[in-house]
Amino acid sequence: MNSTEKMNTIDLVNKNLAKRYRAEKRFKAYGIASIGFGLLCLVFLFTDIIGKGYTAFVQSYIQLEVNLDADTLDISDPSDPNQIAGANYMGVVKKALRERFPDVSGRRDKRKLYRLVSNGSGFDLRKMLEADPSILNTKQTIWLIADDDIDTYIKSASKDGKVFTGRVDEQAQGWVKSLIDNDEVETRFNTVFFTNGDSREPEQAGIRGAIMGSLFTMFVTLILSFPIGVAAAVYLEEYAPKNKWTDLIEVNINNLAAVPSIIFGLLGVAIFIGMFGMQRSLPLVGGMVLTLMTLPTIIISSRAAIKAVPPSIREAALGIGASKMQMILHHVLPLAMPGMLTGAIIGLAQALGETAPLLMIGMVAFIVDIPGGVADPATVLPVQIFLWSDSPERAFVERTSAAIMVLLGFLIIMNALAVWLRKRLERRW
Amino acid sequence: MDTSTLFAFLALLMAGAFMLGRGRSLAQASNAGGVRALNSLPSYYGMLTLLWCGIPSLAVLGAWIIFDDLIIHQLLIQSLPEEIRNLESTELSLRINTIENMAASGMGANAEPYIQNAIATLERLQKTSGYALTGVALLVAVMTGLWGWTRIQPQLKARNQVENAFKIILLGCSCLAILTTVGIVLSVLFESIRFFSMIPITDFVFGSEWSPQMAIRADQVGGSGAFGAIPLFVGTMLISLIAMIVAVPAGLMAAIYLSEYASSRVRSWVKPALEILAGIPTVVYGFFAALTVAPMIRDTGGVLGLSVSSESALAAGLVMGIMIIPFVSSLSDDVINAVPQSLRDGSLGLGSTQSETIRQVVIPAALPGIVGGILLAVSRAIGETMIVVMAASLAANLTANPLEPVTTVTVQIVTLLVGDQEFDSPKTLAAFALGLMLFIVTLGLNFLALHVVKKYREQYD
Repeated sequence: MNSTEKMNTIDLVNKNLAKRYRAEKRFKAYGIASIGFGLLCLVFLFTDIIGKGYTAFVQSYIQLEVNLDADTLDISDPSDPNQIAGANYMGVVKKALRERFPDVSGRRDKRKLYRLVSNGSGFDLRKMLEADPSILNTKQTIWLIADDDIDTYIKSASKDGKVFTGRVDEQAQGWVKSLIDNDEVETRFNTVFFTNGDSREPEQAGIRGAIMGSLFTMFVTLILSFPIGVAAAVYLEEYAPKNKWTDLIEVNINNLAAVPSIIFGLLGVAIFIGMFGMQRSLPLVGGMVLTLMTLPTIIISSRAAIKAVPPSIREAALGIGASKMQMILHHVLPLAMPGMLTGAIIGLAQALGETAPLLMIGMVAFIVDIPGGVADPATVLPVQIFLWSDSPERAFVERTSAAIMVLLGFLIIMNALAVWLRKRLERRW
Repeated sequence: MDTSTLFAFLALLMAGAFMLGRGRSLAQASNAGGVRALNSLPSYYGMLTLLWCGIPSLAVLGAWIIFDDLIIHQLLIQSLPEEIRNLESTELSLRINTIENMAASGMGANAEPYIQNAIATLERLQKTSGYALTGVALLVAVMTGLWGWTRIQPQLKARNQVENAFKIILLGCSCLAILTTVGIVLSVLFESIRFFSMIPITDFVFGSEWSPQMAIRADQVGGSGAFGAIPLFVGTMLISLIAMIVAVPAGLMAAIYLSEYASSRVRSWVKPALEILAGIPTVVYGFFAALTVAPMIRDTGGVLGLSVSSESALAAGLVMGIMIIPFVSSLSDDVINAVPQSLRDGSLGLGSTQSETIRQVVIPAALPGIVGGILLAVSRAIGETMIVVMAASLAANLTANPLEPVTTVTVQIVTLLVGDQEFDSPKTLAAFALGLMLFIVTLGLNFLALHVVKKYREQYD
């Protein structure tokens, strides 16, 4: 006790200094660790998705000698388009498989053999025959899409290390090996994934329908939310008197920006579908719900852009006799446009990734057809991801990851566009 | 004529009205001694005619589209035979639905005769409605446009009128925000009131059992349908709590490091990189949680000898926390930057280290803002849907163990509402009651957070 009293302040400080410096270092390390954790999660997420999904961009094809004879196809009159459309294409494919593996016998083994190729192969043959009727009654060497289980097996076999066998048993593995040894298996770029709609068969499933649905939904969202958002922002910045009503509008906008998206889905179900009797699953309804959701974002960023236009420009326009509307339309809006567009793109990017409200309004239905307009039932890319992630087939995991990569690609492009717009076009005063 | 062609026609008419109005003002101007004799520029006269042509007809069109289904519905019911009309309302609406579906899909060739008749009536009514809409909308456009056109005189204050109309349109657009809120409140409130008329509100808020399956037959066993929402609230809070335990320390420390320690170069790289996390769609996080994180946690638990469910609250909460990190960090970053430099300088000048300054001066000064940010993050976590839909469970467990599966309010809303359902079963209506709870809680949190942040800002401005 006595000795501490005699200590100088500087001694006290020096005594604790090492401890305090250690604390300082620890504190700094916590900060770095937090940032590292965040970035690590980001990297892990991306590598996980890419690692799971990159294989979906290629698809295995199996080469078969298919004899397109009219008898097996059940075509008696080649000029009749109905017969061509309804012919027994799977029959010739099965026959070709039996000829390729002549020693397979027994019902069950044969059925397993037929499962080497996709059961959508018939459609491909039909398309070929429709395009070129002269190949009827000839022998053709055709590459057919492999079934999803076989495809998964072939892909995992080409990567060395442990081979994933999944639902492919020893016998089928033997067939695939003999096909591979004879160079009758090929992996090609998976065009089906980008040109087909949804399907129950993973090897036939594509994201074209979902992309078109997203496109139409975004179109509706853009043409509704951008003009309305800009108009609201102009009113609030340029016209609104300071009164209770204006305050109410502002409070409302700020609160809507933080309302969970699923609530907008409830609104869509109750008002658009329940009250107005609109159909479910339409991009039109989806776009309207997303409009209400993105409006606050667009209004807030547009207001910021309008605020950034210096008052001197307004005063100059008014001073030489422009009316208020002329001042806004001819000067303020063009100058604020880059900022407002940036906000709109960011709002749209948010809407593009949104899933929950669209589930509510029924865009979760299984739709094979590719939508042709805003009034065709459709699904959107995030909902397609949700649907596929629920499917038990293993081949859907890689397709889900690939769809996520496509979605993230779109989002990155949109955000990059927003950043570019802000950097290149925004003027600073 | 379908609606989009009609819109195109109206747009053409409006363009024509603009040209005509402008032309008439120019013609009158040349009689009265040049454009200077006009009150406003010629294009304002054109604009005014355009507005006269467009607004009334678009209003008619909008009202028609909203109400024609209702009117056709009523007329269709009137046209049905007596005995069908006297059926119970649920049964009747079911029949009407069948008829409408059959008419839309073109089937029904071998349905009962009264249904065939009804389909014919429905198609006739829809056709008539379509024709009448085209006729009325175009007629209104032409009539009001012409009227506006005849009003054009050099003395007409076209500019003032157009500017007023412009202002009113802008005001209307900004009121859409209020309308949306009103729409949300009304839609969840009305359905919730209907729900609470079937299930007492006390059972809903204080009940501890949730199994929304309703009995299809009256004598069915085990299908009574229990709507006690406590397990959902507990599940939501558990997952949000896990998310906050991940997000708040990580987000806050990241914000502190970035704003107090990092050089501007590091900052300009790391901050956008962290914000990528906020831009990733929630469905992607859901996929990540369900297929990567949840199995990983389950396997780790297995190694440690714990039995972890593959739909554990931990996986959903962890991934949700990762999603919220940038949210917390950017909000805290803002408030930490708003703390005046003089406070830091004072503290450093007295000899405290940088971390002491941060802990004892900067953080206390920024605390209200940080708390506001955390409240916003909590409301975000409570309302988050896709991660929990994909990674959490459907079964309502009343537990506080993060390794067990729990369900949340948003998961139940989605499960109850996805798919075709009638609007009057308690099962569907329960979703709206849950929505009401969610809306009230998130709104309250946002309100509180904005209030706290605003108070704090005033302190240093």
